[in-house]
Amino acid sequence: MSMNAQALAGGFSDPVFDSQAVFRLLMDGMSRPGTIQTVGIDVEQPLPLGRAAGAVALALCDADTPVWLQSAMAKSGAPQWIAFHTGAPVVQEKSDARFAFMQSPAGICSFGLFALGTQEYPDRSTTLVIEVASLVDGQPLTLSGPGIRDKVTVKVTGLPEVFLSIWNDNRALFPRGADVILTAGDALLCLPRTTRIAAGETACM
Amino acid sequence: MSPEVPSDSGLATYNFAYLDEQTKRMIRRAILKAIAIPGYQVPFASREMPMPYGWGTGGVQVTASIIGPQDVLKVIDQGADDTTNAVSIRAFFQKVANVAVTTHTKDATIIQTRHRIPEQPLAEGQVLVYQVPIPEPLRFLEPRETETRKMHALEEYGLMHVKLYEDIAHNGRISKTYAYPVKVAGRYVMDPSPTPKFDNPKMHMSDALQLFGAGREKRIYAIPPHTEVVSLDFEDHPFEIQSFDKPCALCGAENVYLDEVILDDQGGRMFVCSDTDHCEDRRDHGHAGAMLGRQEAAE
Repeated sequence: MSMNAQALAGGFSDPVFDSQAVFRLLMDGMSRPGTIQTVGIDVEQPLPLGRAAGAVALALCDADTPVWLQSAMAKSGAPQWIAFHTGAPVVQEKSDARFAFMQSPAGICSFGLFALGTQEYPDRSTTLVIEVASLVDGQPLTLSGPGIRDKVTVKVTGLPEVFLSIWNDNRALFPRGADVILTAGDALLCLPRTTRIAAGETACM
Repeated sequence: MSPEVPSDSGLATYNFAYLDEQTKRMIRRAILKAIAIPGYQVPFASREMPMPYGWGTGGVQVTASIIGPQDVLKVIDQGADDTTNAVSIRAFFQKVANVAVTTHTKDATIIQTRHRIPEQPLAEGQVLVYQVPIPEPLRFLEPRETETRKMHALEEYGLMHVKLYEDIAHNGRISKTYAYPVKVAGRYVMDPSPTPKFDNPKMHMSDALQLFGAGREKRIYAIPPHTEVVSLDFEDHPFEIQSFDKPCALCGAENVYLDEVILDDQGGRMFVCSDTDHCEDRRDHGHAGAMLGRQEAAE
């Protein structure tokens, strides 16, 4: 498919109800970190954008939300597809972005250059949508914090070693900080800035 | 655009759930950030709604942005399903979103509330949407938004403790009985909207997601499920909830919040459950209070 035809393809076939459905997955995921939500809507997003990541873009991005794309994504059909379907401007500066789409592990480095909000307006921070290889097996991570009864263990393949220390740095900024949505194909899992992450299985459960 | 309202609603003028899609996206983004920063008030571009400020425009906008065709909506006003505000908001969503409605707490997926939390504990997956008049807990202590924002930024809540202390100095106890300030997840001091302080403990570690919408003041905030919500107090003046001398006069329930009903001009009165669904459910299950007409229902 030519790049232009690819940009025009897909999207929500039923924008009103599809975006509501995807938003509810995100709301449930953000309020219950670590729960895996599955996007059942085919949005025909261009690779390397995953289906869940594409659906997040369609549900939340518009002309008010500058989007930053990691280089591999920026070179794909993703910028045109996002521009056509959402109207969101694609920006070069990470700090201008309300949403950032990236692929792990290659592009994961400190969140420091993204918008992290201010102490007065901590909500003005970038939401990072990070595509990983899998959310069902791999390195076990134990999550705790608001939204989680006691503790929950998730398994993620494809996050770099350094992610835990990046996340701890992000946690330390609270109430400032970035929020993360991990995606793997049609699955997604939310990590709001309040979530504490420890390597390994839950010890006491 | 695709079919914007269910085809059998007979309405072609409004988008599903009244708000346009760009407005919903804006509110949805605010809700996600609110959940990520529990207790922090996220500014949002509140829209004019077809009802006056003070009638729940904030809660209505939040509900309109999250509701889908599968949802079952319950609306309460001071605990009651059958008072003006509850009836009109319920009818509004039946009209513009064509959703199922209920009065039963356990059947609802979204409960929009004005100033009560249902007596029945909320379950995983339910969403409680509060209508909030003044979202800023520090507003009556400090009128300048620039200052209250700085106080939240610096986690400087001394003024609130001084207010509670002055209450004790003047009255011998903390006299605030509603909109009693809470601290969420150990960080932000939050106004739980004018719910009676009786309901504050229900917010702590709730299984349900709690969303707050203030339309006139243009703020959205949230408490995720399983989140610590602590009512502010002092070691020697611990937080206490209201208690009632008698059980509900209709269903005999104890440890619930009661409303006073004036019966005549001779001083006659009764105290009944503020949560009408809870009261009806108990009566259906054979419970009876002292003033319930059907004596045969008493056991």
